[in-house]
Amino acid sequence: MMKDRRTIIYTVIVVALLFAPLYLNRYWVDVLNSVGLYAILGLSLNIILGYGGMFHMGHAAFYAVGAYTTAIISTRYGVPVLWLMPLSGFLAALFALIVARPIIHLRGDYLLIVTIGMVEIVRIALINDVFGITGGANGIFGIPRPEIFGYKIRLPHQFYYLIFAFAAVTVYLFRRLENSRFGRALTYLREDEVAAEGSGINTARYKLMAFVLGAFWAGMVGTIFASKMTIVSPASFSFWESVVMFMVVILGGAGAIPGVILGSFLVVGLPELFRGFANTRMLIFGAAMVLMMIFRTQGILPPRPREYPIEDEPEPASESEVSS
Amino acid sequence: MELFFQQLTNGLAVGGIYALIALGYTMVYGVLKLINFAHGDLFTIGAYLGLTLLTSMSLTDRLGPTFGVLMLAVMVMMLVGLVGILLDQAAYKPLRTSPRLSAVVSALGASIFFQNTIMLIYGARFHVYPQDILPNVVINLFGMPVPLVRILILLTSVVMMVALYAFIQKTKVGTAIRAAAEDQGAARLMGIDVNGVIMIVFFIGPALGGAAGLMVGLYYGQVNFTMGWIYGLKAFTAAILGGIGNIPGAMVGGILLGVIEALGAAYISIAWKDAIAFLVLILILIVRPTGLLGERVAEKV
Repeated sequence: MMKDRRTIIYTVIVVALLFAPLYLNRYWVDVLNSVGLYAILGLSLNIILGYGGMFHMGHAAFYAVGAYTTAIISTRYGVPVLWLMPLSGFLAALFALIVARPIIHLRGDYLLIVTIGMVEIVRIALINDVFGITGGANGIFGIPRPEIFGYKIRLPHQFYYLIFAFAAVTVYLFRRLENSRFGRALTYLREDEVAAEGSGINTARYKLMAFVLGAFWAGMVGTIFASKMTIVSPASFSFWESVVMFMVVILGGAGAIPGVILGSFLVVGLPELFRGFANTRMLIFGAAMVLMMIFRTQGILPPRPREYPIEDEPEPASESEVSS
Repeated sequence: MELFFQQLTNGLAVGGIYALIALGYTMVYGVLKLINFAHGDLFTIGAYLGLTLLTSMSLTDRLGPTFGVLMLAVMVMMLVGLVGILLDQAAYKPLRTSPRLSAVVSALGASIFFQNTIMLIYGARFHVYPQDILPNVVINLFGMPVPLVRILILLTSVVMMVALYAFIQKTKVGTAIRAAAEDQGAARLMGIDVNGVIMIVFFIGPALGGAAGLMVGLYYGQVNFTMGWIYGLKAFTAAILGGIGNIPGAMVGGILLGVIEALGAAYISIAWKDAIAFLVLILILIVRPTGLLGERVAEKV
């Protein structure tokens, strides 16, 4: 019964999202584009923070590496932007591998602080025009629009379909990941690291893999972001950006794909609805975060407990006792 | 040599301010194992409250500069301390038994809330402190000119830190705080009112942070509603540098960080000033996670 209801709800949402741009003006489609980008970013952070339980608040750094890779290569060498997606992801992942390796063993809030430090250093490096290729505080502009089979993507509703198609692919792949050996290992080490280590899970390696994979995905989102804005600047990758991603995951429901997507609608979309209260909306947002943690710590749509239905005929009671 | 000496004294003054803020982080962390992300904003509240009280009550005109500033500092510390207690009651107390991440998120929410409250009340622009409060005297120290303000700030913060250290080490309440930091459960069994201890900690920490805010206002002459964030992060770095949860560690870490940063800005690059502090933080955590004076070596970080 529950499962049927969920299927119906998801179908309705997917259909609504499919036709939404036809009934919305440019401004709202653009808002939905941001929601979509943050949903994908949130899903990529979810691997680290949700499944792995590592307090990572510097995700904007990986996003920035991806966006700047795309910006630099596409403006200098004229490579079509969508071709740069894998490369941007790869460089972001490489960066994650290098910086996460020495800090991966840090516990909870220490990791949080170090990742904050990391994202700030990246931002300062971008402002200071490191290697002379990041364009300093002004950033890089004139990034070309993406093209698919000669069809140029320019308008918000065109981007909408690009972003949500990517989001759909992400959801599909990450859903598979969640139930894979990798996903289960991460969940295990989040719940009890010592027990996981005792069961033969190489915790450091899995944690590092989570970072690398999350960074890879964030880097790819960076490509879409760069070509959507046609300009990247350090201001787009401030610490606040990382906080927003963190919120998307935590408020929606860490470790749950539907939760993270709902979270991106709430954190990115909802404040737009209250643009009229421009001054007080952040204040209310802050207060809501506190209240949320007090009254619903696990997020709005937390992951459901895993079920493994037994399809064969029920085993004798004595045996199941032994196995449990 | 001249440059070195100027940067050193500047670094010592700023370091004293970092140390005062770091004490708030370290005390709260010691007892609750919580990073109070809103602490930087309590510091900002101190700076703004100081400005408001200074201009609206004209304390320095009525009581003279020395006594006026002293009075002002006491009032700011009391008020910010009260805000600290309210913050704990509203945002942290309901989360004592929750996972640590919830309290961290709640702290971030409180930080956003405070920042925007200040912005709504005072506006987003920079506010300027009256310039004629502290005597603009330059004194001669070992043949080098040093602004008196720097020395006053360093002295004040050192006096406060020594007073706090004496309070923690010598008094009964201080012993209770140390006991609660060591083991809350055992402290409770020994008849210590742990909730009372937490309240005291949430009064003293923010009060010191508020005093630091006032000092920054007096030293730099201007305040902004977002400044608490960067000061908070630096002070937290200082707390980690010295060994979080360790009160002398916060003092040493704060002053050390202030000096490293000032010298780094002078001899390496001013544009990388903030990055230097974070680099120090990351290196410390990688190489010696317990900090310089950290004791709890056995605990796996």
